[in-house]
Amino acid sequence: MPFTTLSRRGFGLLTAALLATSSLTVPALAETPPGVLVVGQIAEPQSLDPHAVTAVNDFRILMNVYDGLVRYKAGTLEVEPALATGWEISADGTAYTFTLREGVSFHDGSAFDAEAVVFNFDRMLKDDHPYHDTGPFPLSFFFSAVQSVEAVDAKTVRFTLNEPYAPFLSNLAYPTGLIVSPAAVMEHGKEFGRHPSGTGPFRFAEWRANEAVVVERNPGYWDGEAASDAVIYRPITDANTRVAEMLAGGIDMMVEVPPTALSQFQGDAFKVAEQAGPHVWFLILNAKEGPFADKRVRQAANYAINKEALVNDVLEGTAEVAAGPTPPAFAWAYNEALEPYPYDPEKARALLAEAGAEGAELTFYVTEGGSGMLDPVAMGTAIQADLAAVGLNVKIETYEWNTFLGNVNPGLEGKADMAEMAWMTNDPDTLPFLALRTDAWPDKGGFNSGYYSNPKVDELLEAARVSTDQSERARLYKEMQVIVHDDAPWVFVANWKQNAVTSAAVQGFALEPSFFLLLKNVAKN
Amino acid sequence: MGGYIVKRLVSAVPVLVGITVIVFTIMALIPGDPATAILGSYATPENVERLNRELGLDRPLVSQYFIWLGNLAQGDLGRSFALNRPVLDEVLERFSATLVLAGAAFVLCAVTGIAAGVVSAARQYGWADKAITVAVILGISVPSFFLGMMMILLFAVRLRWLPVSGMYEIYGGGDLKDLLRHLAMPALALSVVATGVIARLTRAAMLEVLRQDFIRTARAKGVGEGRVIWGHALRAAMVSVIPVLGIQAGFVLSGAVYIEMVFQWPGIGRMLVDAILKRDILLVQGGVVFVAGCYVVFNILVDVAQSLLDPRIRT
Repeated sequence: MPFTTLSRRGFGLLTAALLATSSLTVPALAETPPGVLVVGQIAEPQSLDPHAVTAVNDFRILMNVYDGLVRYKAGTLEVEPALATGWEISADGTAYTFTLREGVSFHDGSAFDAEAVVFNFDRMLKDDHPYHDTGPFPLSFFFSAVQSVEAVDAKTVRFTLNEPYAPFLSNLAYPTGLIVSPAAVMEHGKEFGRHPSGTGPFRFAEWRANEAVVVERNPGYWDGEAASDAVIYRPITDANTRVAEMLAGGIDMMVEVPPTALSQFQGDAFKVAEQAGPHVWFLILNAKEGPFADKRVRQAANYAINKEALVNDVLEGTAEVAAGPTPPAFAWAYNEALEPYPYDPEKARALLAEAGAEGAELTFYVTEGGSGMLDPVAMGTAIQADLAAVGLNVKIETYEWNTFLGNVNPGLEGKADMAEMAWMTNDPDTLPFLALRTDAWPDKGGFNSGYYSNPKVDELLEAARVSTDQSERARLYKEMQVIVHDDAPWVFVANWKQNAVTSAAVQGFALEPSFFLLLKNVAKN
Repeated sequence: MGGYIVKRLVSAVPVLVGITVIVFTIMALIPGDPATAILGSYATPENVERLNRELGLDRPLVSQYFIWLGNLAQGDLGRSFALNRPVLDEVLERFSATLVLAGAAFVLCAVTGIAAGVVSAARQYGWADKAITVAVILGISVPSFFLGMMMILLFAVRLRWLPVSGMYEIYGGGDLKDLLRHLAMPALALSVVATGVIARLTRAAMLEVLRQDFIRTARAKGVGEGRVIWGHALRAAMVSVIPVLGIQAGFVLSGAVYIEMVFQWPGIGRMLVDAILKRDILLVQGGVVFVAGCYVVFNILVDVAQSLLDPRIRT
């Protein structure tokens, strides 16, 4: 046989290759030791400077490295003391005086005191502050009501607001209100975001670009030491790859599990956690012109869309049907009496006939993705079909997220009749105040892209914003929800339930309604 | 020779400037700006304007371009908005990761492709030829990202032989062996299509050479069959295989984008995709200019090498 040499050589080559590969595969996968928790993140963080970032993905690290003056009580969206042990609000609601916790120091060893708090807010809010150039600080407008911050003494700090602003406390509990070490900002300047220092249960250890952010236990943490030695955050942008890493044991915990992948985590090896959050997914309806200028047509759209089918079939149960503009996660401000619009195509048809809008042509802006938008293309298509069933002829225009925002935020007038939108907020004030008031129309700098206007709603929202009494605010918000529900400026579709999967070895984990990932009490055995 | 190199370098300058104009214009034309991308739901016109001012994006486009070009000329690519670090650091790190992946895939596809092509030509219509042909057609037909996913499910999730993703072990590791274990699947997935193409073309080139007279002469003289195939025929066939290798090298480099997404390889393709989605203008511009610059330099090197081999080109 002339070719035996060749085959033998080829065979030898193949064997060598196989041996080489198998020598690579001999050691079992390097398991992370117990006590080290590996978390699958959805992206590389932008920065670990809490004042410079906007993404929930980054908050998941920051909330474990820093503390704020206040925080949300576990399992709620109500504020409780953290670095401040207590506070007083002046009768007119414009001065907040905080008493600070004694004996707390930053991870870099510098002391936490009133001057540090002043530094934090001045850096963000004052253009002439020597460290203002370590920004930009995109969410600093959360504190735009703050006129001045002063250290009364080492353990007392006073915020003076230019007008009463009820969401102030819950904004302080948001990551933008976390307290950073002034000494570290002075040392690292613009690079502070890569050399973070706070007071939180974990301190920063290492950031390997595009591989991992490592934080380790902060010994002597004022609120009890963390249960884990360290947490490693891995950025894995592709959802399928993240699922595969979870299945293969490369990560101990993942968030934002795609609905279609949840079934793979049933069984004893994994635990699935779910928590509804302050999120609402809705359709903005153009109330200024076209068919939706008629309230009956807007209500008809609410009746025509099968929201149960959307949350159960398209979103595979990862959301609940929304009843109104305020998510139920804001338990204290949510009107329990509100019922979602039932799925009733007959009633929708009747309303459309009454309004003379049968067979109307509608332009519908749909986004391809985006923060909190869930499965926007599939949802948009299902909504289009539901509206077609009651005789509305909907034409979909799909845009990439940033382009979409650039089209929707300046207002729908002259362009579209409806658009998808989703918001995740930390206070019941934020969304309606920015997106439902007359003074929030796009030309006035707000997000009321559908031009809804009801003087009573305006009045209620303005009053709720300046009241410092939570029960009074609750009453105002509940009344607002009833009116908005009836006026139907939006189609109220879904409240997202955030989900997470952990391996069975992970103990003590729970998701928070704030959607923050708090890992202090989480252990891996 | 020195004059020729200088001439080539000078002629590269307008190409590079042209690239900067194109990249800058494209980034200026696509809808959505970085401030909107950063602020997301909170992008009120007021907030966008304030943030754009702080990012220096409120200046006229022409002056933005010249500021950027001026900095570029001094080797300063600026700072990424989305990653909050110097663009150059990020680009260098990411480009070297891509080179590792694409380089490994290229070696893999060149070696196995040529070997498979030679074997199947030497055993034309034999079982080896048929098996290789079937494998090659399958390989060319399967999209590489799908193959990547399937490999992850089999080798990482089910068999647990190899890690799912990344370039190094997250805890411990970091040595060459660790790198090879992480490289195995993505490099293989990336090389499959190119391997098929190279194998097909090598087979065709070999078959043509094997029919020529000098091969018959060699055999008649009693030269061993192994030597005829690998020594005489392959050398002659390489003339038509080498240009294909060049094309496939570019193909592998551009195909790395998908594979980097699937395997979370920290390469420049993935970086550019993320940067475009976040409207991270300076990172996109810096990344594209850097890659384009590398192509230009590579072209000059090839031209110079060719001119060394064939002095007629120099004129």
